[in-house]
Amino acid sequence: MPSVCQEEIIAMRRCRRGSPEAFEVFVNRYMKNAYFIALGLVGNREDAMDLSQEAFIRAYRNIKYLKPDRRFFPWFYQILKNLCISHLRKRRYRQTSSLDGENCPEPSAMTDYFSPEVVAGRNELKDKVWQAIGKLDDKHREVIILRHFQNMSYEQIAEALYCNKGTVTSRLYYARKRLEELLSTGKGGSINDMP
Amino acid sequence: MTCHDYKDLMMGYLDNELSDEQRRQFEEHLAGCSECKDELEEFRKLKAITDEVTLVEPEDRIWQDYWDGIYNRIERSVGWIVFSVAAILLTIYGGFKLIEELIKDETIGMLLKIGLLVLIVGLAILFVSVLRERLYFWQRDRYKNVRR
Repeated sequence: MPSVCQEEIIAMRRCRRGSPEAFEVFVNRYMKNAYFIALGLVGNREDAMDLSQEAFIRAYRNIKYLKPDRRFFPWFYQILKNLCISHLRKRRYRQTSSLDGENCPEPSAMTDYFSPEVVAGRNELKDKVWQAIGKLDDKHREVIILRHFQNMSYEQIAEALYCNKGTVTSRLYYARKRLEELLSTGKGGSINDMP
Repeated sequence: MTCHDYKDLMMGYLDNELSDEQRRQFEEHLAGCSECKDELEEFRKLKAITDEVTLVEPEDRIWQDYWDGIYNRIERSVGWIVFSVAAILLTIYGGFKLIEELIKDETIGMLLKIGLLVLIVGLAILFVSVLRERLYFWQRDRYKNVRR
Protein backbone atom coordinates (compact mmCIF):
# COMPACT_ATOMS: atom_id res chain seq x y z
CA MET A 1 0.00 0.00 0.00
CA PRO A 2 1.33 3.46 -0.79
CA SER A 3 2.13 5.51 2.30
CA VAL A 4 0.39 8.74 3.15
CA CYS A 5 1.85 11.58 1.11
CA GLN A 6 1.55 15.30 0.70
CA GLU A 7 -0.70 14.88 -2.34
CA GLU A 8 -3.25 12.94 -0.24
CA ILE A 9 -3.16 15.49 2.57
CA ILE A 10 -3.83 18.33 0.13
CA ALA A 11 -6.57 16.37 -1.64
CA MET A 12 -8.19 15.54 1.70
CA ARG A 13 -8.32 19.24 2.64
CA ARG A 14 -9.91 20.10 -0.70
CA CYS A 15 -12.47 17.29 -0.34
CA ARG A 16 -13.41 18.57 3.11
CA ARG A 17 -14.09 21.94 1.54
CA GLY A 18 -16.57 20.24 -0.81
CA SER A 19 -14.57 19.65 -3.97
CA PRO A 20 -15.45 16.24 -5.49
CA GLU A 21 -12.78 16.73 -8.18
CA ALA A 22 -10.07 16.51 -5.50
CA PHE A 23 -11.26 13.04 -4.58
CA GLU A 24 -9.95 11.70 -7.90
CA VAL A 25 -6.49 11.42 -6.31
CA PHE A 26 -7.76 8.76 -3.92
CA VAL A 27 -9.82 6.95 -6.54
CA ASN A 28 -6.95 6.71 -9.03
CA ARG A 29 -4.58 5.53 -6.35
CA TYR A 30 -6.76 2.88 -4.74
CA MET A 31 -9.36 1.81 -7.31
CA LYS A 32 -7.56 -1.39 -8.28
CA ASN A 33 -6.92 -2.36 -4.65
CA ALA A 34 -10.58 -1.66 -3.89
CA TYR A 35 -11.85 -3.73 -6.81
CA PHE A 36 -9.64 -6.73 -6.13
CA ILE A 37 -10.34 -6.70 -2.38
CA ALA A 38 -14.09 -6.57 -3.09
CA LEU A 39 -13.72 -9.36 -5.64
CA GLY A 40 -11.90 -11.45 -3.07
CA LEU A 41 -14.60 -10.84 -0.51
CA VAL A 42 -17.75 -11.25 -2.62
CA GLY A 43 -16.43 -13.38 -5.50
CA ASN A 44 -18.32 -11.71 -8.34
CA ARG A 45 -16.91 -9.18 -10.84
CA GLU A 46 -20.01 -7.02 -11.28
CA ASP A 47 -20.73 -6.88 -7.55
CA ALA A 48 -17.06 -6.11 -6.81
CA MET A 49 -17.02 -3.23 -9.31
CA ASP A 50 -20.25 -1.79 -7.95
CA LEU A 51 -19.31 -2.19 -4.28
CA SER A 52 -15.87 -0.68 -4.76
CA GLN A 53 -17.37 2.38 -6.45
CA GLU A 54 -20.05 2.67 -3.77
CA ALA A 55 -17.33 2.53 -1.10
CA PHE A 56 -15.57 5.50 -2.71
CA ILE A 57 -18.83 7.45 -2.83
CA ARG A 58 -19.46 6.79 0.87
CA ALA A 59 -15.88 7.66 1.69
CA TYR A 60 -16.28 11.01 -0.10
CA ARG A 61 -19.51 11.78 1.75
CA ASN A 62 -17.91 10.96 5.11
CA ILE A 63 -14.41 12.26 4.57
CA LYS A 64 -15.05 15.07 7.05
CA TYR A 65 -15.08 12.40 9.79
CA LEU A 66 -11.61 11.10 8.88
CA LYS A 67 -9.16 12.54 11.35
CA PRO A 68 -6.41 14.53 9.64
CA ASP A 69 -3.68 12.43 11.24
CA ARG A 70 -5.18 9.13 9.98
CA ARG A 71 -4.26 7.50 6.70
CA PHE A 72 -6.97 7.27 4.06
CA PHE A 73 -6.62 3.64 3.02
CA PRO A 74 -7.21 1.80 6.36
CA TRP A 75 -10.26 3.99 6.95
CA PHE A 76 -11.51 3.44 3.42
CA TYR A 77 -10.90 -0.29 3.80
CA GLN A 78 -13.33 -0.41 6.73
CA ILE A 79 -16.04 1.19 4.58
CA LEU A 80 -15.38 -1.23 1.72
CA LYS A 81 -15.30 -4.26 4.00
CA ASN A 82 -18.51 -3.28 5.76
CA LEU A 83 -20.26 -2.84 2.43
CA CYS A 84 -19.05 -6.23 1.22
CA ILE A 85 -20.07 -7.98 4.45
CA SER A 86 -23.45 -6.31 4.36
CA HIS A 87 -23.84 -7.38 0.72
CA LEU A 88 -22.93 -10.98 1.59
CA ARG A 89 -25.42 -11.05 4.44
CA LYS A 90 -28.20 -9.79 2.19
CA ARG A 91 -27.26 -12.37 -0.42
CA ARG A 92 -27.34 -15.15 2.17
CA TYR A 93 -30.65 -13.89 3.56
CA ARG A 94 -32.23 -13.75 0.09
CA GLN A 95 -30.88 -17.20 -0.74
CA THR A 96 -32.26 -18.60 2.52
CA SER A 97 -35.60 -16.86 2.02
CA SER A 98 -35.99 -18.09 -1.55
CA LEU A 99 -35.29 -21.69 -0.56
CA ASP A 100 -37.42 -21.31 2.56
CA GLY A 101 -36.31 -24.12 4.79
CA GLU A 102 -34.55 -26.29 2.23
CA ASN A 103 -30.85 -27.01 2.65
CA CYS A 104 -29.31 -23.91 1.19
CA PRO A 105 -25.75 -23.78 -0.08
CA GLU A 106 -23.24 -21.15 1.05
CA PRO A 107 -23.10 -18.22 -1.35
CA SER A 108 -19.60 -19.27 -2.28
CA ALA A 109 -20.99 -22.57 -3.51
CA MET A 110 -23.43 -20.84 -5.82
CA THR A 111 -22.37 -20.91 -9.44
CA ASP A 112 -22.05 -17.15 -9.98
CA TYR A 113 -19.76 -16.62 -7.05
CA PHE A 114 -16.10 -17.57 -6.84
CA SER A 115 -16.33 -18.81 -10.37
CA PRO A 116 -12.87 -19.75 -11.72
CA GLU A 117 -13.47 -17.48 -14.72
CA VAL A 118 -11.89 -14.61 -12.80
CA VAL A 119 -8.63 -16.52 -12.33
CA ALA A 120 -5.80 -15.49 -14.67
CA GLY A 121 -3.87 -18.24 -16.48
CA ARG A 122 -6.32 -20.86 -15.28
CA ASN A 123 -5.48 -24.45 -14.47
CA GLU A 124 -7.18 -27.07 -12.32
CA LEU A 125 -5.13 -26.32 -9.22
CA LYS A 126 -5.61 -22.52 -9.38
CA ASP A 127 -9.35 -23.00 -9.88
CA LYS A 128 -9.51 -25.21 -6.80
CA VAL A 129 -7.56 -22.77 -4.66
CA TRP A 130 -9.83 -19.87 -5.71
CA GLN A 131 -12.97 -21.87 -4.99
CA ALA A 132 -11.59 -23.01 -1.65
CA ILE A 133 -10.87 -19.38 -0.75
CA GLY A 134 -14.53 -18.69 -1.50
CA LYS A 135 -15.55 -21.29 1.08
CA LEU A 136 -13.55 -19.73 3.92
CA ASP A 137 -15.22 -17.70 6.68
CA ASP A 138 -15.33 -13.98 5.94
CA LYS A 139 -12.64 -13.11 8.48
CA HIS A 140 -10.32 -15.86 7.24
CA ARG A 141 -10.89 -15.02 3.58
CA GLU A 142 -10.14 -11.40 4.37
CA VAL A 143 -6.62 -12.05 5.69
CA ILE A 144 -5.82 -14.41 2.81
CA ILE A 145 -6.94 -11.76 0.30
CA LEU A 146 -4.94 -9.00 1.97
CA ARG A 147 -1.82 -11.10 2.36
CA HIS A 148 -1.75 -13.03 -0.90
CA PHE A 149 -3.63 -10.82 -3.35
CA GLN A 150 -2.69 -7.40 -1.99
CA ASN A 151 0.80 -8.37 -0.78
CA MET A 152 0.25 -6.38 2.40
CA SER A 153 2.65 -6.75 5.33
CA TYR A 154 1.36 -7.88 8.73
CA GLU A 155 1.65 -4.31 9.95
CA GLN A 156 -0.44 -2.98 7.05
CA ILE A 157 -3.05 -5.72 7.55
CA ALA A 158 -3.20 -4.94 11.27
CA GLU A 159 -3.70 -1.24 10.49
CA ALA A 160 -6.48 -2.02 7.99
CA LEU A 161 -8.24 -4.41 10.37
CA TYR A 162 -7.77 -2.21 13.44
CA CYS A 163 -6.17 -5.08 15.33
CA ASN A 164 -2.68 -6.04 16.47
CA LYS A 165 -0.12 -8.10 14.57
CA GLY A 166 -0.70 -11.07 16.87
CA THR A 167 -4.32 -11.25 15.77
CA VAL A 168 -3.25 -11.09 12.12
CA THR A 169 -0.79 -13.98 12.48
CA SER A 170 -3.30 -16.02 14.43
CA ARG A 171 -6.04 -15.46 11.81
CA LEU A 172 -3.62 -16.27 9.02
CA TYR A 173 -2.68 -19.52 10.74
CA TYR A 174 -6.27 -20.67 11.08
CA ALA A 175 -7.19 -19.38 7.60
CA ARG A 176 -4.36 -21.36 6.03
CA LYS A 177 -5.19 -24.43 8.11
CA ARG A 178 -8.77 -24.28 6.90
CA LEU A 179 -7.69 -23.67 3.31
CA GLU A 180 -5.40 -26.66 3.52
CA GLU A 181 -8.29 -28.78 4.84
CA LEU A 182 -10.59 -27.64 2.05
CA LEU A 183 -8.00 -28.40 -0.62
CA SER A 184 -7.13 -31.75 0.90
CA THR A 185 -10.79 -32.76 1.19
CA GLY A 186 -11.36 -31.94 -2.46
CA LYS A 187 -8.34 -33.96 -3.48
CA GLY A 188 -8.81 -36.85 -1.12
CA GLY A 189 -5.34 -36.45 0.36
CA SER A 190 -2.97 -33.95 1.91
CA ILE A 191 -1.60 -30.81 0.31
CA ASN A 192 1.67 -32.65 -0.27
CA ASP A 193 -0.06 -34.90 -2.81
CA MET A 194 -0.72 -31.92 -5.03
CA PRO A 195 1.49 -31.23 -8.03
CA MET B 1 6.50 -23.16 25.01
CA THR B 2 4.41 -25.80 23.24
CA CYS B 3 4.21 -26.31 19.48
CA HIS B 4 0.88 -24.48 19.52
CA ASP B 5 2.63 -21.40 20.93
CA TYR B 6 4.93 -21.36 17.91
CA LYS B 7 2.10 -21.01 15.36
CA ASP B 8 2.41 -17.22 15.20
CA LEU B 9 6.15 -17.47 14.73
CA MET B 10 5.59 -20.08 12.04
CA MET B 11 3.40 -17.69 10.04
CA GLY B 12 5.93 -14.89 10.48
CA TYR B 13 8.73 -17.24 9.43
CA LEU B 14 6.79 -18.31 6.35
CA ASP B 15 6.03 -14.72 5.34
CA ASN B 16 9.45 -13.34 6.23
CA GLU B 17 8.02 -11.10 8.94
CA LEU B 18 10.22 -12.10 11.88
CA SER B 19 13.02 -10.21 13.54
CA ASP B 20 16.45 -11.90 13.62
CA GLU B 21 15.89 -12.91 17.23
CA GLN B 22 12.45 -14.42 16.54
CA ARG B 23 13.80 -16.22 13.49
CA ARG B 24 16.65 -17.74 15.53
CA GLN B 25 14.21 -18.78 18.26
CA PHE B 26 11.89 -20.46 15.76
CA GLU B 27 14.71 -22.21 13.90
CA GLU B 28 15.97 -23.57 17.21
CA HIS B 29 12.54 -25.03 17.92
CA LEU B 30 12.27 -26.34 14.37
CA ALA B 31 15.57 -28.21 14.66
CA GLY B 32 14.13 -30.34 17.43
CA CYS B 33 10.51 -30.69 16.33
CA SER B 34 9.64 -32.82 13.32
CA GLU B 35 5.92 -32.09 13.75
CA CYS B 36 6.40 -28.34 13.28
CA LYS B 37 8.87 -29.01 10.46
CA ASP B 38 6.24 -31.05 8.59
CA GLU B 39 3.55 -28.47 9.26
CA LEU B 40 5.82 -25.68 7.98
CA GLU B 41 6.48 -27.67 4.81
CA GLU B 42 2.76 -28.05 4.19
CA PHE B 43 2.22 -24.33 4.75
CA ARG B 44 5.10 -23.55 2.37
CA LYS B 45 3.47 -25.58 -0.35
CA LEU B 46 0.08 -23.98 0.32
CA LYS B 47 1.61 -20.50 0.22
CA ALA B 48 3.33 -21.28 -3.08
CA ILE B 49 0.13 -22.46 -4.77
CA THR B 50 -1.92 -19.61 -3.29
CA ASP B 51 0.62 -17.05 -4.50
CA GLU B 52 0.29 -18.47 -7.99
CA VAL B 53 -3.40 -17.51 -8.13
CA THR B 54 -3.84 -14.08 -9.70
CA LEU B 55 -7.10 -12.55 -10.83
CA VAL B 56 -7.99 -11.27 -14.28
CA GLU B 57 -7.54 -7.53 -14.57
CA PRO B 58 -10.53 -5.71 -16.07
CA GLU B 59 -9.98 -3.95 -19.40
CA ASP B 60 -8.31 -0.50 -19.43
CA ARG B 61 -11.60 1.02 -20.57
CA ILE B 62 -13.18 0.04 -17.23
CA TRP B 63 -10.48 1.90 -15.28
CA GLN B 64 -10.72 4.92 -17.56
CA ASP B 65 -14.46 5.18 -16.88
CA TYR B 66 -14.17 4.31 -13.18
CA TRP B 67 -13.73 7.86 -11.85
CA ASP B 68 -16.41 9.25 -14.18
CA GLY B 69 -18.88 6.74 -12.76
CA ILE B 70 -18.10 7.80 -9.20
CA TYR B 71 -18.12 11.53 -9.99
CA ASN B 72 -21.48 11.29 -11.74
CA ARG B 73 -22.99 9.34 -8.86
CA ILE B 74 -21.71 11.87 -6.30
CA GLU B 75 -23.09 14.74 -8.37
CA ARG B 76 -26.45 13.12 -9.00
CA SER B 77 -27.03 11.78 -5.51
CA VAL B 78 -28.48 15.06 -4.15
CA GLY B 79 -30.83 15.29 -7.13
CA TRP B 80 -31.97 11.72 -6.61
CA ILE B 81 -32.69 12.27 -2.92
CA VAL B 82 -34.83 15.36 -3.63
CA PHE B 83 -36.56 13.61 -6.52
CA SER B 84 -37.28 10.48 -4.43
CA VAL B 85 -38.73 12.43 -1.49
CA ALA B 86 -40.97 14.44 -3.83
CA ALA B 87 -42.05 11.30 -5.73
CA ILE B 88 -42.97 9.46 -2.50
CA LEU B 89 -44.93 12.43 -1.17
CA LEU B 90 -46.80 12.92 -4.45
CA THR B 91 -47.53 9.19 -4.75
CA ILE B 92 -48.94 9.03 -1.22
CA TYR B 93 -51.01 12.16 -1.83
CA GLY B 94 -52.21 10.83 -5.19
CA GLY B 95 -53.08 7.48 -3.65
CA PHE B 96 -55.22 9.05 -0.94
CA LYS B 97 -56.93 11.32 -3.46
CA LEU B 98 -57.64 8.38 -5.76
CA ILE B 99 -59.14 6.32 -2.96
CA GLU B 100 -61.25 9.30 -1.90
CA GLU B 101 -62.51 9.88 -5.46
CA LEU B 102 -63.24 6.21 -5.97
CA ILE B 103 -65.34 5.93 -2.87
CA LYS B 104 -67.28 9.11 -3.70
CA ASP B 105 -67.84 8.41 -7.44
CA GLU B 106 -71.11 6.56 -7.86
CA THR B 107 -70.76 6.16 -11.65
CA ILE B 108 -67.86 3.71 -11.28
CA GLY B 109 -68.87 0.09 -10.95
CA MET B 110 -68.28 -1.72 -7.68
CA LEU B 111 -66.03 -4.35 -9.31
CA LEU B 112 -63.71 -1.69 -10.79
CA LYS B 113 -63.59 0.10 -7.46
CA ILE B 114 -62.62 -3.11 -5.68
CA GLY B 115 -60.03 -3.96 -8.35
CA LEU B 116 -58.33 -0.57 -8.10
CA LEU B 117 -58.41 -0.62 -4.33
CA VAL B 118 -56.83 -4.09 -4.26
CA LEU B 119 -54.12 -2.84 -6.65
CA ILE B 120 -53.33 0.09 -4.36
CA VAL B 121 -53.32 -2.15 -1.29
CA GLY B 122 -50.95 -4.56 -3.08
CA LEU B 123 -48.56 -1.76 -3.95
CA ALA B 124 -48.70 -0.50 -0.37
CA ILE B 125 -47.90 -3.99 0.97
CA LEU B 126 -44.91 -4.28 -1.39
CA PHE B 127 -43.66 -0.86 -0.33
CA VAL B 128 -43.99 -1.67 3.38
CA SER B 129 -42.32 -5.06 2.86
CA VAL B 130 -39.26 -3.53 1.17
CA LEU B 131 -39.13 -0.83 3.83
CA ARG B 132 -39.36 -3.46 6.60
CA GLU B 133 -36.56 -5.51 5.01
CA ARG B 134 -34.32 -2.44 4.80
CA LEU B 135 -35.08 -1.60 8.41
CA TYR B 136 -34.42 -5.19 9.49
CA PHE B 137 -30.94 -5.14 7.95
CA TRP B 138 -30.22 -1.67 9.22
CA GLN B 139 -31.11 -2.56 12.81
CA ARG B 140 -29.06 -5.77 12.79
CA ASP B 141 -26.10 -4.43 10.85
CA ARG B 142 -23.19 -4.59 13.28
CA TYR B 143 -21.09 -2.70 10.76
CA LYS B 144 -23.37 0.27 10.21
CA ASN B 145 -21.19 2.50 12.34
CA VAL B 146 -18.05 2.60 10.32
CA ARG B 147 -15.05 2.87 12.61
CA ARG B 148 -13.08 6.00 11.80
